[in-house]
Amino acid sequence: MKNRIVSALLALIIAFVPCAFAFAAEQSEIDALKGTTLYVYNWGEYISDGVDDSLNVNAAFEEKYGINVVYETYDNNEVMYSKLKGGGVSYDIVIPSDYMIQRMITEDMLQPLDFSNIPNYKYIPEKYKNLAHDPENIYSVPYTVGMVGLIYNTAMVEEAPTSWTSLWDENYSNSILMFNNPRDAFAIAQSILGMDYNNESPASWRIAAELLKEQKNISPAYVNDEVFLKMEAGEAAFAPYYAGDFLSMQENNPDLAFVYPEEGVNFFVDGACILKGSKNKLAAELYINFLLEPEVALANAEYICYASPHTEVYSNPEYSYYENDILYPADGQFKTQLFLNLKPEILALMSTLWDDVKNHVPSGTGNSALFFGGDDADVADDGEKMTPEAQKYALYIGIFALICIAYIVFRYARKKYRENI
Amino acid sequence: MNSRSSLRTKLIASPYIVWSVLFIVAPLIFVVYYSFTDASGAFTFENIEALGKYTPTFLRSIWFGIEATIICLIIAFPLAYIISQKTEKVQRTLVMLVMLPMWMSFLIRTYSWMALLQDTGIINSFLGKFGIDPIHMINTEGAVILGMVYNFLPYMIMPIYSVMAKLDHSMVEACQDLGGNRLTVIRKCIIPMSMPGIVSGITMVFVPSVSTFYISQKLGGGSFDLIGDVIERQFQQSYNYNLGASLSLVLMVLILICMAVMNRFSGDEEGMVI
Repeated sequence: MKNRIVSALLALIIAFVPCAFAFAAEQSEIDALKGTTLYVYNWGEYISDGVDDSLNVNAAFEEKYGINVVYETYDNNEVMYSKLKGGGVSYDIVIPSDYMIQRMITEDMLQPLDFSNIPNYKYIPEKYKNLAHDPENIYSVPYTVGMVGLIYNTAMVEEAPTSWTSLWDENYSNSILMFNNPRDAFAIAQSILGMDYNNESPASWRIAAELLKEQKNISPAYVNDEVFLKMEAGEAAFAPYYAGDFLSMQENNPDLAFVYPEEGVNFFVDGACILKGSKNKLAAELYINFLLEPEVALANAEYICYASPHTEVYSNPEYSYYENDILYPADGQFKTQLFLNLKPEILALMSTLWDDVKNHVPSGTGNSALFFGGDDADVADDGEKMTPEAQKYALYIGIFALICIAYIVFRYARKKYRENI
Repeated sequence: MNSRSSLRTKLIASPYIVWSVLFIVAPLIFVVYYSFTDASGAFTFENIEALGKYTPTFLRSIWFGIEATIICLIIAFPLAYIISQKTEKVQRTLVMLVMLPMWMSFLIRTYSWMALLQDTGIINSFLGKFGIDPIHMINTEGAVILGMVYNFLPYMIMPIYSVMAKLDHSMVEACQDLGGNRLTVIRKCIIPMSMPGIVSGITMVFVPSVSTFYISQKLGGGSFDLIGDVIERQFQQSYNYNLGASLSLVLMVLILICMAVMNRFSGDEEGMVI
């Protein structure tokens, strides 16, 4: 990709241009930060790191400001949240998704940004401002955006799908992949049912859970990152995943195709935030501003493959995904919804319902009906009762335990017998 | 003299005592604390009551653990015996071969089983060359058990082998002199004498199999939720430390019960040998 080289060169130039203009902070304050350390906590593979002649963003930042960057990564929002909540760590910058930003704002984990130190915020277009998770644009600066869609393998699927219900299609039993995290999995069921992703009625979450249980009839495989391996190998016909990741999968398997289902999709915004405990706030703001430098943002957009909320990136004809209609579909073709923070009761309900879904065994599998002779498949709906599958395992374990006990008794008896001889 | 030597014993043991207090006892206290409190820290039985719905998961985990342990034992016992019969040099090489896979990360090895077992995976494309239809192996119960057996087999082989290597050969000869045929020698002499190894092997395979969490996600396609998966989810996804802790507590108690049963087998073994 030649524009990667171009962007690397451009970035080198900007790295040496003094940045005395536009900042509210005095140059002397910025100079005083030399030698300090900035702790950044971001998603894995979510920053241009210098491979294939791309720009190494962290190294360029270190070079420009003389601030050391300690960079660590996480796999998902919940892991990041647990680690921060667990204490014992202190980062300056995190880049969570929308609903997690909102949750962290509610729980007072973030501090307001001083936008006078982030002049490059001007590159963020209006449509990514004032979103519901950070309505007054106080705590976060959009970093990447994107949407979930349906990936399918044209070698296995004859007719192009248009709906999420393809994931419930009995003709593709054993070759459907599904999100292995509750929020995204529920969102698909909620799309089909025409529900709001952020609705707070327990009953509607239960209905969505029923739909997810029904999906188990066609044995979907619940996957995280394995989706890349499986879709690229042609292992599955359908998988819901992010548009940006589809583009990298397609490079390895040209049979793959992508569609935004008509029922609507999840739209996400990952934003850079500064944590409450940050000891180097000015450096953190310089870093966020640096991420918004057009050349840096372009390098990141090329590397991450997700859509960029940066006017100078998506309007740049040099950009590999310039006017790409998967990353940047025209507005209004389908409904998009943002995930917002749910109240604790609903979050807890979602977790238990998800455990139920994962534990659900569809009727018709397992030979337990032979033993227990019941058409009582519906008992599986409620985890409280013994499912046929559980009865089967209980029976096996019971038989095994009996054999063990019998053996111990036998040995004991034999020992006594021998002693008596 | 006596007090000095006991002081020395204490000094020598102190690194481990400090270690175990910090990293074994203290975490256990936390587990118990979290099990009986709610998110605000108030005492509650709610977490324990919530466990009822996880009974199927517990049963499945235990049964998978039992299956994996039995298969491991069936494979490991003859192998350990064969290794122990070789010359010392060959023994060293064979033991190294057993240990070799453990030099690589367990996660990577499990991930590569996925590539082997898939419908379009290495095994099925190999079979395809001979015109055999693909066999659906991934995302089945068998694949999960296979993953457990593969990962934990060395833990069964090593203890059995180390007992057998030290086995007093004159016992075997005495058994043969008394007219025992091969089967009798194995049944009456070798098995009873290697019982300590078998028991520790069973423990070392059963415990990690019951509590494993990664294997079932990758090889079972997330459809065979084991108790380890549920616990992992409580800590990583749901941020429900209390339920996670109570699940762990019950799992620990179950494992302790199983081990107590196991010890019945090795307990009166000395009496059996002679």
